[in-house]
Parts: sequence; C-alpha cells; structure tokens
Amino acid sequence: METPSYIFGIVSAALVLGVVVELLRRRQLRERHALWWLVAGVLALIVGIFPSTLRWAAPLLGFELPINLVFFVSIGILVLVALQHSAELTLLESKTRVLAEQSALQDLRLRALEQQLALETAKKRQG
Amino acid sequence: MVESAWERTLVVMPAFNEEESIGDVIREVFAKLPGMNLLVVDDGSVDDTARVARKAGAMVAVLPFNLGVGGAMRAGFKFAIERGYRNVVQIDADGQHDPASAPRLLEALESADLVIGARFAGEGEYRVTGPRKWAMRILAVTLSRTAGARLTDTTSGYRAAGPKAVAVFAAHYPAEYLGDTIEALVIAARSGCVIRQVPVAMRVRSGGVPSHDPGRAAAYLGRACIALLFALARPSSPGLVRDA
Repeated sequence: METPSYIFGIVSAALVLGVVVELLRRRQLRERHALWWLVAGVLALIVGIFPSTLRWAAPLLGFELPINLVFFVSIGILVLVALQHSAELTLLESKTRVLAEQSALQDLRLRALEQQLALETAKKRQG
Repeated sequence: MVESAWERTLVVMPAFNEEESIGDVIREVFAKLPGMNLLVVDDGSVDDTARVARKAGAMVAVLPFNLGVGGAMRAGFKFAIERGYRNVVQIDADGQHDPASAPRLLEALESADLVIGARFAGEGEYRVTGPRKWAMRILAVTLSRTAGARLTDTTSGYRAAGPKAVAVFAAHYPAEYLGDTIEALVIAARSGCVIRQVPVAMRVRSGGVPSHDPGRAAAYLGRACIALLFALARPSSPGLVRDA
C-alpha cells in the first residue's frame, strides 16, 4: 500500500476515536451510546496501522477483495447503531408517555384544589 | 344495586379534537346515566375540546400532546386507580356509543373482568364489507380463541373493565395504533381476565363517516394482522400475572 493512503487511513481512524473520546469526556455522549462507535474506531485504527490483518482476515471469511470486508463491517456497525437508536427512541417514548399521563392527572388535581380553595376563601369572606 | 355500582364506576371518554360533538355526548351520558362520574381525556386536542367538556360538567384530564386512544385510556385507568373507582367504562366522544347500553355492560361485569359491547351480535345495523370485514373476521376468530370466549367485534371501543382488568390496564395499556383494541384483549386474556361480549347498537358517528375506500380497508387489514401477530408473539410480561 502506498504511503499517503496508509497515513490517511490511520489519521481518519484516529480522528474518529478522538472525537468519540472527547465527546465522552465532555459528557456529551453517554457510554452506552458510544460503545459501537468505539468498536468501529478501534477496528479502523487496527486495520489502518496493520493492513496485513485485513489481508489475513478477508480470505479467511471468504472475501475475495479485502476492501469488501471493510465495507461489510462498516455497514454492519451502522445498522447496529441505527437499531440501537430505534430501541432507545421507543424507550424514550414510553417514558414521555408516563410523564404526559402524570402531568394530565396532576393538572386535574391542581384544578380541583384551586376550586376548593376558591370556594373556601369565598366562604370566609362572607362569614 | 345498580346505583351503588355507578358510584364506583368511572366513564372514561378519550377525545381528540371533538369540540363539535363532545358537548352533546357528555350531556347525553349525564341524561341517561344520572350521577355518573365522567372523565374526559383530552388527547392533545388543538381545538376547544377541553373547555367544552368542562363546561358540560365532565372532569377533564388534558394530555400535553396526542398519545392515541390507548394512551388516553391508560391515563384514564390510572386516574381510576388513583381515585379508587372499581370499574371503568370506555365511551367514545364521537357519539357512536349509546350510553343507554352502559348499564348492560356493567351488569355483565358481575361475571366477567372485561366486557365488550359488540356491534354485530344481533343488535343495531352496522355493516362492513370487503377487506375490513375479512380483517374483523380474522381478528374475531383468533382473539376468541385467545380469550376463550366467543367475540365477534374485537375492535369495538365500547368496553367495560372490572377491578382486575383496570389494574392490568393501568400498568399495561398499549398506545400503538389498533393496540388499544387488539393487543389490550390479548393482554387481558393472558393476565387471566374473563372476557365477555354483550350486544349493543351503535349509531353512525356524529362527525365523519367510516371509510369504505378499499385501499384503506386493505391497509387496515394488513395493520390489524400485524398488530395481532405482535400481540400474540410478545412474551407475557412478568408483572402481569402476579396480582390478586
């Protein structure tokens, strides 16, 4: 492999890892959401530094072109991330639903209390 | 006897943008079921539904955004638990359900946990054709088997739930499209609720007409089958069986 593309591979992998770690450090990304990105970054870095691992693994798994293995794993990770997000979304929706219910029921209690209070104040004023 | 059952019964009426019909529907409930406790769950309406309902004398719980019928109903079941109501009767806000049938549903609750007011069981004249009819047939056959009772109208929203079903539904009432009718039945059956149906007459909705477009009916069939499959495939959650 030519030197420029070798260096480019390593630099991009390091960049991805760097961004993920920095987001984690600033608490803008929670660990469980970062897991797959970390896996992807580490894999990319390994393959970037040691391209021979790719040339060794590809035929082992039946890939004629090593680059296809890269595409396969990348797409696989993206699909997993998308799935995880869908599951998270479902969880968030069910939590939102509970909050909406609570807000509706509390609003109802508040109204009842306010009404009662208004009645009692009116009574006091009269009596 | 009936009066005391009413005191511990709550009518829950899910409403989404029903300002035109809901006032009359509420007044009809109070006229035909005097002294009934009525909770309208305003399901994120953008119109005046909540104000109209309050003015007509109902308690109104306002959801901050639209959750669907199932979402509104679970809020209603939670309210029932919170305030100690034993039974919950669901009546739609569009005037399709005649409140006069509610006492019959409540009577049937004495020997069941969940009673469905069914449209095809001999009373009234409600007709459907084409894919919608097939969908209803498939649902009826499958859900009858699950419920261990003959059910002919599984998508009817006119229902009464006894204490056991209210407890189950307050925790697990599905919000998905069609989940509120189909999956709710599966959940009730799996948690050991006795399900029955009672024939009721239904009226034409005061707002809007049921769709007869075959494309939409076919889509309904597909969605109903998917909802049914998922409902049956779901593991019965451990929290369900453990009660009473």
